[in-house]
Amino acid sequence: MSDEMLFSLNNITKSFVKGRENISVFDNLNMTINKGDFLAIMGPSGSGKTTLLNMLGGVDQPTSGEITFDGGRVDTLSESQLAGWRANNIGFIFQFYNLMPMLNAARNVELPLLLTHLNKTQRQKSVETALELVGLADRAKHMPSELSGGQQQRVAIARAVVSDPKLLLCDEPTGDLDRQTADEILEMLQLLNREFGKTIIMVTHDPSAAKFAQRTLHLDKGEFVEKDLVA
Amino acid sequence: MNDLYLIFKNLTRKKLRFFLTCFAIFIAFLLFGAVMALKGALDSGIEMSADNRLVTVHKTNFTQPLPYAYVNKVKNIEGVKDVTHANWFGGYQGDPTRNQIITFAVDPESYLDVYSELSTEPQHKQNWLKNRAGALVGERLAQANNWKVGDQIPISSNIFSHKDGGQTWEFIIEGIFSAEDKQTDTNYMIFHYKYFMETQSWGGDYVGWLVLTTTDAGFNEAVAKRIDEGFTNSQAETDTSTEKAFNKAFIEQMGNIGLIIFSVIFMAFFTILVLVGNTMVLAIRERTGEIAVLKTLGFPSLRIFKMVIMESLFLSFAGGLLGIAAAYLAVAGLSEMLARFLPNLILGAEIIIQALIYMTLLGLVTGIIPAINALRLNIITGFSRG
Ligand SMILES: Nc1ncnc2c1ncn2[C@@H]1O[C@H](COP(=O)(O)OP(=O)(O)O)[C@@H](O)[C@H]1O
Ligand SMILES: [Mg+2]
Repeated sequence: MSDEMLFSLNNITKSFVKGRENISVFDNLNMTINKGDFLAIMGPSGSGKTTLLNMLGGVDQPTSGEITFDGGRVDTLSESQLAGWRANNIGFIFQFYNLMPMLNAARNVELPLLLTHLNKTQRQKSVETALELVGLADRAKHMPSELSGGQQQRVAIARAVVSDPKLLLCDEPTGDLDRQTADEILEMLQLLNREFGKTIIMVTHDPSAAKFAQRTLHLDKGEFVEKDLVA
Repeated sequence: MNDLYLIFKNLTRKKLRFFLTCFAIFIAFLLFGAVMALKGALDSGIEMSADNRLVTVHKTNFTQPLPYAYVNKVKNIEGVKDVTHANWFGGYQGDPTRNQIITFAVDPESYLDVYSELSTEPQHKQNWLKNRAGALVGERLAQANNWKVGDQIPISSNIFSHKDGGQTWEFIIEGIFSAEDKQTDTNYMIFHYKYFMETQSWGGDYVGWLVLTTTDAGFNEAVAKRIDEGFTNSQAETDTSTEKAFNKAFIEQMGNIGLIIFSVIFMAFFTILVLVGNTMVLAIRERTGEIAVLKTLGFPSLRIFKMVIMESLFLSFAGGLLGIAAAYLAVAGLSEMLARFLPNLILGAEIIIQALIYMTLLGLVTGIIPAINALRLNIITGFSRG
């Protein structure tokens, strides 16, 4: 793991207005994430894990504070700038895979490439590579409904890495899978981290899932408590 | 893969729903095309009538004949300029139900005087006036059958028999008549009344109806009254009206039907608008989660907005183009059968352009709300809903 900083969050506050109530999720949160990190974030329900991941992924903005990514400010970008930023830098992996049901595996993987300038042949090459990486080259033409949960999640991983982003954000990526399948998925994430240098931030409930990460942060009521579970 | 592929896949992901919605739009545009063509035919029938032209028919029923002697009697009535007469021949070629050839037996010289808007090459006109077995064919009819001057054409009658046996007359085409105004009916042919009377087996001297011009359109009513009063209590009472009024009366019944059809169409259109609009809103709402995913991956909101609009446009055009094509075929088929009554029953470019405009509007109107919903969709709420 290199020591070069990828993300830095400074004095982040985040609150939601619900009716007349003001729900504060984070108050003066600070953290840094280095390039090549594989970070697991754990914590009880409602502790702010998803909210944090949303801010890191640029789908939600902090109420105040600074977020810097690879030396550039993210919190000041407009909505459409953020869309471009996400397309260029981040791969998303969701708990329920979120594949497009009307597209086959290969076309699901190709989706993020529609946001690039790659031509058809280049796109097909990238799709093939990504599907091979997750071991599903032979399922390229299968529809999501014809694939098991674990296979769908692997397609989703292929989709997340196909445009070669620096960062993968995973919200409960194994929350819907059995132990053995979950471990396969987690090993794949480990591989992407180790062999391909992807920085990974993974939110999980599951302590045995967190063990696959390099380090784990525990979030409680919007505050971090760092303890190294692996050691 | 490109955006069009995504749009197409989204559109057809629920096959039955796609089919039913398409079908509803199909029906709407089929009705639209057919009714607009019908309306055009009705309107042009009235518009194309000359102002000072009157038609005299049998009072009881306009299909009953009038004595030939009426022609001269009417000619002597004050205010009458020219009089001509015509008989319905019931012509066809080949299959009588399918290939009707509208044919009138007329008095050649006076007919062309009364229908002064019809023109023929002078030499051809002379030849026709001289040749008793000659026919003068309307431009549209000639084009439809690929007929030229000099052709010999056999025309059968579904009413009369030739006195030499059979029901077929051989005519020589001596000329083609045309009119400057494209709306003028030229989808028929005429031949000599005298020749008709001599060659048909029943004989007799009656005419189908009279057409006359008045010296001034202002005299129309007075002249019509004089004619009809002159024949009161005679063997055949008459009913004279302006050609406009005659055509109008004839199609009035159809016109009333037209109004009903119009209301039906309007309601159908409105219903379909609501139905398609509702379907689109539901279809997009069902995809809230997917739209949130696309946005998360970095698809710009505007691009998603366009994709939704395009989807509803495609839907509208898929059903609409099929509908207007079906209307075109239906009208083409009907226009042959109805050529006698509605010579201008055509589904022309104007109607097609109108239909295309309505398809666009339908697509935009039904797509705009779901498209705006998709545009505005916040990723986080999208996931919690989707
Ligand atoms: N869109 C929102 N509107 C209002 N409150 C929200 C919203 N998202 C999250 N919250 C609140 O923020 C807190 C943290 O939520 P979340 O980040 O989803 O927690 P976790 O993912 O750890 O379960 C919760 O109290 C939740 O009710
Ligand atoms: Mg959560």
